[in-house]
Amino acid sequence: MSEPTTTAKAHRTPGKGHGSVAGYLAGLGFAVVLTLTSFWAAGTDTIWEPAVPILLAALAIGQMGVHVVFFFHISSGPGDANNFLALLFGVFVVGLVVFGSMLIMANLDANMVPMDKLMRMQR
Amino acid sequence: MSLADDLTTPVEGDEDKTPYSERGPAPVDVVAGFGFWLFLLSDIVMFSAFFAAYAVLVDHTAGGPDGLKLFNRTYVLIETMCLLLSSFTCGLCSLAIERRDARGTYLWAAATVLLGATFLGLELSEFSRMIADGAGPTRSAFLSAFFTLVGTHGLHVTLGLLWFVSMMAQVATLGFRPIVVRRLLCLTLFWHALDIVWIGVFTIVYLGARW
Repeated sequence: MSEPTTTAKAHRTPGKGHGSVAGYLAGLGFAVVLTLTSFWAAGTDTIWEPAVPILLAALAIGQMGVHVVFFFHISSGPGDANNFLALLFGVFVVGLVVFGSMLIMANLDANMVPMDKLMRMQR
Repeated sequence: MSLADDLTTPVEGDEDKTPYSERGPAPVDVVAGFGFWLFLLSDIVMFSAFFAAYAVLVDHTAGGPDGLKLFNRTYVLIETMCLLLSSFTCGLCSLAIERRDARGTYLWAAATVLLGATFLGLELSEFSRMIADGAGPTRSAFLSAFFTLVGTHGLHVTLGLLWFVSMMAQVATLGFRPIVVRRLLCLTLFWHALDIVWIGVFTIVYLGARW
């Protein structure tokens, strides 16, 4: 991984000037191993069943991390603050949208009058 | 060094000791890359809404087939491997671009397009099989959400493939001038982002189908 020579280190662009064949190979290797583990975990009986979704989530988040580090070359190091802060904000919004929606919809679902009862009430 | 320090004080070992406030605007490459990174994050936020819709509607099959009946894991694993390998070849393509190596760029871009097209072909054949079996997007809320989420990802892959073809034409006609190199950088970032979304798709949609 060679350091960029021309532009100041203070500003870095995602995915630019930090790659090497070894880096991409390592990223591919990690990604393949994590993917195969995910597919194995989803189909196996050796793992306690309620733990499988948590394991799958951990593997997926790990793999996303691998992609961000090895393919996007985003790090938490100096000079990458803008990119990293944007990433954190993106992750925050994604979490808000996904878990917020699921929470609200589950709550609505639990409090809704069953459809057959609703039909009878309207008559 | 904390993030706040990082934003206000120059980086250690940086030859340019002028404070950021006196340095003037960042180079175009940096602005373009950062702007495209923001676009990709906003694209991922859009996908998160489709993921949320899918998660909410996954059990609402309206008496129709559920994911366990419809999805073939082996098929999805092959699709995933195509996309992972294409991300790798896309990385090698960006290394060739940095070397200004036109032949390497064409070679690795062709490999990426080939793998992406294989992925797309597998996905489309899966879609057409499902629709032929009466499990199209109009069958149930679950299937509407499924086709919207996975279809939007497929649409992104299609656009990425078209973008690759047009960029190769630009390299051939315009050569590696700064604007072309910037566009190529954005394209490779776009392609890597598709992979990140696909990790969510195969984990939540295809592997989550057991629960």
